[in-house]
Amino acid sequence: MKIFLKLTFLFFIISSLILSRANAAGEQQELLKVDWSFKSFFGKFDRASLQRGYQVYTEVCASCHSLKHLSYRNLAEKGGPEFTELEAKAIASNFEVTDGPNSDGEMFERPAKLSDKFVMPYANVQEAIAANGGAYPPDMSVLVKARKGGANYIYSVLMGYDEPPAGMELDDGVYYNKYMYGNKIKMSSPLDDDIVEYADGTKATVDQMAKDVTTFLQWTAEPHLETRHKLGFRVIIYLSVLTILVYFSMKKIWSRIETKV
Amino acid sequence: MSDHEYTPKSKVGKWFNDRLPLLTLANHLTDYPTPKNLNYWWTFGGILTFCLITQIITGIVLGMHYVAHADLAFQSVEHIMRDVNYGWLIRYVHANGASMFFLAVYIHIFRSLYYGSYKSPREVIWIIGMLIYFLMMATAFMGYVLPWGQMSFWGATVITNLFSAIPLVGESITNWLWGGYSVDNPTLTRFFSLHYLFPFLILGLVVLHIWALHVPGNNNPIGIDIKKPSKDTVPFHPYIVIKDAFALLIFLLIFAFFVFFSPNILGHADNYIEANPLVTPAHIVPEWYLLPFYAILRSVPDKLLGVIAMFAAIFVLVILPWLDTSKVRSTVFRPIYKQFYWFLVADVLILGYVGAMPAEGLYLLIARVATAYYFAHFLIILPFLGMKEKTTPLPLSITEPILGGSPDMAMAKNNSDFKDKL
Repeated sequence: MKIFLKLTFLFFIISSLILSRANAAGEQQELLKVDWSFKSFFGKFDRASLQRGYQVYTEVCASCHSLKHLSYRNLAEKGGPEFTELEAKAIASNFEVTDGPNSDGEMFERPAKLSDKFVMPYANVQEAIAANGGAYPPDMSVLVKARKGGANYIYSVLMGYDEPPAGMELDDGVYYNKYMYGNKIKMSSPLDDDIVEYADGTKATVDQMAKDVTTFLQWTAEPHLETRHKLGFRVIIYLSVLTILVYFSMKKIWSRIETKV
Repeated sequence: MSDHEYTPKSKVGKWFNDRLPLLTLANHLTDYPTPKNLNYWWTFGGILTFCLITQIITGIVLGMHYVAHADLAFQSVEHIMRDVNYGWLIRYVHANGASMFFLAVYIHIFRSLYYGSYKSPREVIWIIGMLIYFLMMATAFMGYVLPWGQMSFWGATVITNLFSAIPLVGESITNWLWGGYSVDNPTLTRFFSLHYLFPFLILGLVVLHIWALHVPGNNNPIGIDIKKPSKDTVPFHPYIVIKDAFALLIFLLIFAFFVFFSPNILGHADNYIEANPLVTPAHIVPEWYLLPFYAILRSVPDKLLGVIAMFAAIFVLVILPWLDTSKVRSTVFRPIYKQFYWFLVADVLILGYVGAMPAEGLYLLIARVATAYYFAHFLIILPFLGMKEKTTPLPLSITEPILGGSPDMAMAKNNSDFKDKL
C-alpha cells in the first residue's frame, strides 16, 4: 500500500513538472505590451485617440476591412469617440447606401444616415477574397475579442513587420510578421509615417497610428466598456458593504448558540 | 419527514393549509433541523440554486432578442451586446454564469466525495445530483453552440460526430441529431429549443434532489448520524439561511469580478469569429469545465472505446455509492483515503490541463496515465480500500468532542480547526 501511494505521488509530481516545462517551451513570440488607458478597474478610452483611430480606420483600413456591426450613430454615442451629432451626420453623409424600393418599386442610392450600418468595402465575401489575392480581410467589429492577446496582439501585428530572417522564402503577396501566427501575413504593412494627417496636430508616426487604431478597435469590440467598468465598480462596492453587514448579522445570530460560525 | 404537526395561526391560513399544505411545507423548510457543524463547503447547494435561477432568468431575456438561425445568430448576439439595453450585462452574466455554475458544482461534488455524502442513506440524492450534472453538461454544450462562432460550430461538429462511432446505426443517429448531413441551421434550431428546455428539467430534478435530502437530512463534516432535532442541530432559518447568504455574497463578488472586469477570460477568442464550415480552427477545445472528459475521450486510441470511456467516466460516479465499500463517511477518519482523495483531485486537474493541449507526444501519454488512474480510483482503490483501511475512532455526537473532550487528539484538533475556519 505504502509503495503504491508513493508511486502515485511520484507520477503527479513528474507530470506537473513536465506540464510546466512544456508550457514554458511552447510559448510564441511574446507580444508587445502597451499600457492601455482602457485596462484596469477604472479604465476609460482616450477620447482623442478614439477619434484619431477612427480617422486611421477610414483612411487606411476601411478600403478592405468592414465594420459591419457598427452604425454611424455609434460614433456620437457616449463612451465612444463622442463625435458631436452634427459631425457624425457629416461623416455618414460621405457614404452612399442603397435604399428602397421606392413607390415605383426601384432601388435608389442616397447618402447614409446615422441609423445606417457602416458601409462595407465589398459587396460580399467572395468579392473581398478575389480582390485580396485569396485572403479574406476579416471584419474588424469584434476583431480585438477574436484574437488571443486582444489589443496587444493587434498592436503587435501592426508593429511586427520586418525583413524575413535569412533562409525564409516568401511567396508573392506574403509578408513577414513577427507576431502573426506562422509569421506569414497576406496584408502588406498598412501604416507608414504621415500616411494620415491628424486634425489635432498629433504627429502621425506608425507607433501613434497603431495605438490609435487599436484603441478604436477595442471600442468597436466593446462599445460599453466604460459603462461596464463604472457599473462594475459600484456593484463591487455595494456587494462588499452588504457582505460586511451580513457577516456581522451572521455573527450576532450564531452567538445565540455556542457553536462558532 | 414531518417533525411535528403544524397549524397556521390565522383562520384563512388554516383554511388554505387544509386544502393545500403549502404553509406546512414552508414551516418544515424554516424549522428543518440542520447539523450545526456544517462548514462553508456546505453552502454551495444554495449557491447552485442561485446560479440556476440566474441562468434561467438571464436566458429568458436573451431568448427574447436572440435569433436561432445560422445566418443571423452571430449578428443577433452582437445586437444584444450593442443595442439592447444592458444586453452586454445580461449576456456576460449568462456566459460567465455558466462557468460559475460549474465551478460551484465541482466544489459541491468534491465536497460530497470528501465527506462521503453519497453513502447510505443518501444514494438517491447523489444519483439525482449526477443526473443534474449530466444535464448541465448537455445544456452548457448546446448553449455554447448558440452564438454560432467558430468554436460553437466546430465544437458541435466534434461532439455530435462522436455518435457516429456507434456500430451500424452511428451514421444514421448522427444525421438524425444534425437534422441533415452536417452541422447546420437545423442543428442550431434544435439546440436552441433543447437549451431552453433542459434548465427546467434541471429545476425539476433540483426539487427532487432537495426533497430526497430532507428525508435523511444533511450529512455533516464528521459524517456520523445525528439525532434530529437535538443539541447537535440548528433550525435552517435563520442560522443556515444567513450563513448561506454570506457565502453567496462572497461568491457573487468573484462572479461580479469576472462579469465586469474580465468577461471574456473564460471563453475562447475564436468564438468571436463567425462560424465558417470551410475553415477549421487550429485547436478545437471545449469550455474549461468539460476538459477532463475531453481528455479521457482523446486518450483512447479507438473512437468507439473513447466515447465509451468518456461516458463511463460519468457512469462510475453514478454507481459510486456501491463502489466505495467503507462504512465510514467522512474522510476525516480515513487517513489513507484522504491521500487518495487529493490524488483524485490532482488527477482531474491534470486531465483538465491536458484536455486543453494538443493530443500528442507527452501530453497524450500523461492523459492516458491520468485516465487509467481515474478509473483505477473508482474501480480498484475504493472497493479494496474500504475493506482494508483502519479508520480512526468516530465521536458519538457532534457536541461530544467539544463539550466532553475527546479522547482522540486528532479529533479534538479537528474540531478546533472547524472553529477557526467557520
